[in-house]
Amino acid sequence: MCVKLLPQPDICMSSDVIIQAIVSGLLMGLIYALVAVGLSLIFGLMEIVNFAHGEFLMLSMFFSFWLWVLVGLDPLLSIPLVAAALAICGFATHYGIVRHILKAPMLAQICATFGLAIAIRSLAQFLWTPDFRTIQDPLVAGRIEIGGIFIGQPQLVAGLVCLTAFIGLWLFVSRTETGLALQATAQDREAAAVMGIPTDRMFALGWAIGLACVAVAGSMLSAFYFVFPDVGINFALLAFVAVALGGFGSIMGSLAAGISIGLVESLGGVLISPSYKSLIVFGLYFAVVLIRPTGLFGRY
Amino acid sequence: MADARQTALSEALSEPVWPASPPLFRIAGVALAVALLAYPLVFTGTFSHHLMIMIFLHAIMAQSWNVIAGMSGQISLGHSLFFGLGAYASAVLYVKLGVTPWVGLVAGMSISALVAAAIGIPTLRLRGHYFAIATLLIGISAQIIFQRWEWVGAASGIWMPIERNNPWLAFQFHGTKLPYYYLSLLFCTLSFAVVWFLQRTRLGMRLLAVRDEPEAAASLGIDVAWHKVVAFMISGAMMSAAGTFFAQYVLVIDPDRVFNLELSVLALLMVVLGGTGTLWGPALGAAILIPLSEFTRTWFGGTGGTVDLIIYGILILLICIYQPRGLLSLVTERLRRRVDTL
Repeated sequence: MCVKLLPQPDICMSSDVIIQAIVSGLLMGLIYALVAVGLSLIFGLMEIVNFAHGEFLMLSMFFSFWLWVLVGLDPLLSIPLVAAALAICGFATHYGIVRHILKAPMLAQICATFGLAIAIRSLAQFLWTPDFRTIQDPLVAGRIEIGGIFIGQPQLVAGLVCLTAFIGLWLFVSRTETGLALQATAQDREAAAVMGIPTDRMFALGWAIGLACVAVAGSMLSAFYFVFPDVGINFALLAFVAVALGGFGSIMGSLAAGISIGLVESLGGVLISPSYKSLIVFGLYFAVVLIRPTGLFGRY
Repeated sequence: MADARQTALSEALSEPVWPASPPLFRIAGVALAVALLAYPLVFTGTFSHHLMIMIFLHAIMAQSWNVIAGMSGQISLGHSLFFGLGAYASAVLYVKLGVTPWVGLVAGMSISALVAAAIGIPTLRLRGHYFAIATLLIGISAQIIFQRWEWVGAASGIWMPIERNNPWLAFQFHGTKLPYYYLSLLFCTLSFAVVWFLQRTRLGMRLLAVRDEPEAAASLGIDVAWHKVVAFMISGAMMSAAGTFFAQYVLVIDPDRVFNLELSVLALLMVVLGGTGTLWGPALGAAILIPLSEFTRTWFGGTGGTVDLIIYGILILLICIYQPRGLLSLVTERLRRRVDTL
């Protein structure tokens, strides 16, 4: 099969390249989805957009990196530790900051998490310099070949772990009593409070779970991606697009949106231009805002 | 009975909405004006001029952000977009076509207002966070586009040719910073005039109504979304003027400098710190933060480039939690209490 490329119409490219792009886009999309679902969960619960989401991703990547450097623990094995650490960060963020601005005007809410993002990012730059770091030979490395398609093993494992985390999250939210209480709080916090649900604790739990999701994505990323203080910005921007696309507050919407963004990004990179692939994804945000502001699955 | 009510009503109506400033304020205002005009003649060092120029420049940026956030209640996280557009519009016109930057200034402001309308019309009818995220995405997209756009110099940017014969026409002054000082003071004063004027016109009143009570404003026949778009256009044009001034001041611009997210952060921070929606808050914010930034960079050297940002981030957090109305409100609230007790 022959596919024409937009920038060079006279060059013919094999369908393998397209399939390759689809596979890698899908795997990356699962990571985007897990980052986005944390954002979506927090927004769904208390209508606060966490502008520091990317910085928490960066922190979890550094956690995982330092655990590997200092203790020799592989990113795959350090997931529970990093998740626990970020869950504590989530509690701290809720009790230290978010709790005090829940009733504040939107200006204070947006600026508070934005300020937190700046502080964390600059602190990381100050402590660890803006250098790019990588984890040399992690537990899972190399790539496998299936019918001419190459799949990086760390990416494959990362995709599978993210999918598992997603299923776990979904089961927790829909099957357990705490999960149902979480959903009830998201739907109507006053009604939930009347029913005896400790809404404040639910909010804190939402932050802890949201950041634990980010931690899983971050540890998986650190196995094959560069670790540096600004790494979170791009992932956070993609997560914003994903949350708008999937609908603010929708878990399954985040999954679908994350995967779509992974696909659009990698196919756009191959078919249009690799240097503008993030712009193509940002364009999705405006398409959603113009056509269907509630997202694919979401509530307004 | 009816008469008494009528007189009370007419008295209330005849009372000016904005009470005349007390004489003390007028004297302070005149003193401030004299001090600012005389400053460069008293302190003749280059650094002391540069510091004040930076404060004025950032005060313009803060006033611009104040118009969108303080007057219409919408938060823009990508205001660097307009700064960059202003810088590039005048630089490109000057370098490619030889057009004086004064025309470039107007061109940049017009382009910025149009771009603001294009962004604002789809996003400002939605709830606030959609707009905030949209501006964040566009601010970063602009940086990416200009980094790759060969015609405007891509990542290495634009160098303005030195022109010594016609400094006023070419908007560049060599050997002395005095003209830059007075021009930035003029621009800054104009940006204050815009906010002062907005606070007193029907447009400004409607904007405040839109900010505080959108539903009530809509029920009175005010087009809420359109008013926010207008505020965003004014704000974008103001930021663009700051960008043009900056380009003419440093004479070298590149995407990482003029489209940097840090500029949007600074604009936001100065306003939130000083007092959102107030006339003097942005100036207070600029007067506190710019010296802080200049001095931490001197003290900590190259690696300390982020120390000021750490402090900024923590400052925003603390302000949002403990004094969401800004530092200025500490003073004004106390003044009001004293006036009330008199």
